[in-house]
Amino acid sequence: MRNASVDIYTRRKAVNIFNLTASAITTLIGLFFLSWLLWVLFEQGISHFDWNLLTLDTPGPGDETGGLRNAIVGSLLLTGVGVLIGAPVGVLAGTYLAEFGRYALISHAVRFINDVLLSAPSIVIGVFVYEIMVIPMGNFSGWSGAVALSIIVIPVVVRTTEDMMRLVPDSMREAAAALGAPQWKIVTNVVLKAAISGVMTGILLAIARIAGETAPLLFTALNNQFFTLNMDEPMSNLPVMIFNFAMGPYDNWHDLAWAGSLLITLTVLTLNILTRFLLRPKK
Amino acid sequence: MNSTAETLNALPGASSCASRSLGDRVFHGISWFAAAGVLLVLGAIIVMLYTGARPAFEKFGFFQFLTTAEWNPVTEVFGGLSPLIGTLVSSAIAIIIGLPVSFGIALFITEMAPPWLKRPVGTAIELLAAIPSIIYGMWGLFVFAPFFADHIQPVLTNTLGKLPLIGPLFQGPPLGISVFSAGIILAIMIIPFISSVMRDVFETVPTELRESAFGVGSTTWEVVWNVVLPLTKVGAVGGVILGLGRAMGETMAVTFVIGNAHELHAALFEPGNSIASTIANEFTEADGELYTASLIGLGLILFIITFIVLALAKLMLVRMAAREGRST
Repeated sequence: MRNASVDIYTRRKAVNIFNLTASAITTLIGLFFLSWLLWVLFEQGISHFDWNLLTLDTPGPGDETGGLRNAIVGSLLLTGVGVLIGAPVGVLAGTYLAEFGRYALISHAVRFINDVLLSAPSIVIGVFVYEIMVIPMGNFSGWSGAVALSIIVIPVVVRTTEDMMRLVPDSMREAAAALGAPQWKIVTNVVLKAAISGVMTGILLAIARIAGETAPLLFTALNNQFFTLNMDEPMSNLPVMIFNFAMGPYDNWHDLAWAGSLLITLTVLTLNILTRFLLRPKK
Repeated sequence: MNSTAETLNALPGASSCASRSLGDRVFHGISWFAAAGVLLVLGAIIVMLYTGARPAFEKFGFFQFLTTAEWNPVTEVFGGLSPLIGTLVSSAIAIIIGLPVSFGIALFITEMAPPWLKRPVGTAIELLAAIPSIIYGMWGLFVFAPFFADHIQPVLTNTLGKLPLIGPLFQGPPLGISVFSAGIILAIMIIPFISSVMRDVFETVPTELRESAFGVGSTTWEVVWNVVLPLTKVGAVGGVILGLGRAMGETMAVTFVIGNAHELHAALFEPGNSIASTIANEFTEADGELYTASLIGLGLILFIITFIVLALAKLMLVRMAAREGRST
């Protein structure tokens, strides 16, 4: 009798220790892959960080020297325009969900669809924009790339804007209403003002999300070997450059692809850590 | 429950329809349009993909298209079976590997880690989700695939490959470019999503419940397995399905390592393709209406599948939240 219960105790303890050890190991596995990735990126990319990277354009086949100037500028432009199109729409839609139509029927539908779009395959968005913009316009262009990115920005911004506006206590809205302020004034001067840092953080998060997006740009902005600021032309950008150069046969292409990868990763991770820091609940 | 917004709408003078100020109406209207825009985007995506894909569906028939494995741009015969299977198989591998690892991570963070460690570990794991897909692709092609071919694949072929029934799955050329490698990289990419959902739902279990279970002598594992999990299983499964949806739509990382071969093999170490990788690779080169339409058709199928999967995940998470009385 006594023996049996001791056995059960030992077994339960053994199971517990085994499973908890396994759980700690899985965590180490996750951290291991993160460090492996970052290590490889630094090892391969850092040695190519020099002035040429910023001052020269991407090399053609056989060119020995080259940099990423056109791709960096193109990426900044596409991301910037994408955010400028997507963020206002996202903030307004988020405002509707949080303030004007919090309990409206359409809001439930929008919230649901928005959450689905948040994880929708970005390659499909590329195909969509190809059909609505590239075919009618007759050529690949920076504009269509920016629109494709803006479609990815919208759900991210809608979500954070609504969440952040809802954190503003109702007593503030009531106080403003009691003073006779119309609702639009309450929303812009009280709620948005109180939630502005959260809303901006959401926009930063959206930038981090699209900075490395490749799939939606493959057949919208395409790529361009030369420097251009003309959004009506195909536009060079870091992600598609990485894709083309990594698949290409030249060693200096691979080096540039690694340098571009490190650049994107550093940007995205910095933005992410920054937003985490900004969104950290104040206690 | 907060219902000031509702009350405000009902307040006379503040926003009742009759006396609502011009500013209110304008602002309300604009923001309504923006919100409706989200629905419009979804509708437009489905309509445009359908119109783009119609020539292919008309020529081959929808179900015929889904069940034909041949993909021949020269004779213009297109069938989506091989990419469809590739998408499903690589995502399934990702879930089989990712699920236990994600659960382990969530368990570690919620139950084992000392408070000072929770945040840094949680953040580090979530950063895995922030790294763009193309970076996983670079790393997968140049670093992971060769490593996998040299060190992991031979071991698997010599052990699991010798087993009856599942043996044939673990065969193939030692290239590291395969459906299986794609599955592993997908697993790494979806682990942060699944584990953070699991962590969130595990943390909703009231401390009293945990403490009473510990109080009657349960071990940590027993608390998790018999108290925490049964209470949170809807949410946890929702997280897994969210990961599945993510894995199926993932493009660049898969494109780099899956091999892009329109072939169907039982062996997982053979190159294959997925819907997303096929579109990424062939779309700009596709000449002829039928070729493009077939690729768009694949896109539509992918969009519908991921939409259903993600909607399911969302529904489960909503149910989980409703049970706790949160109002999302």
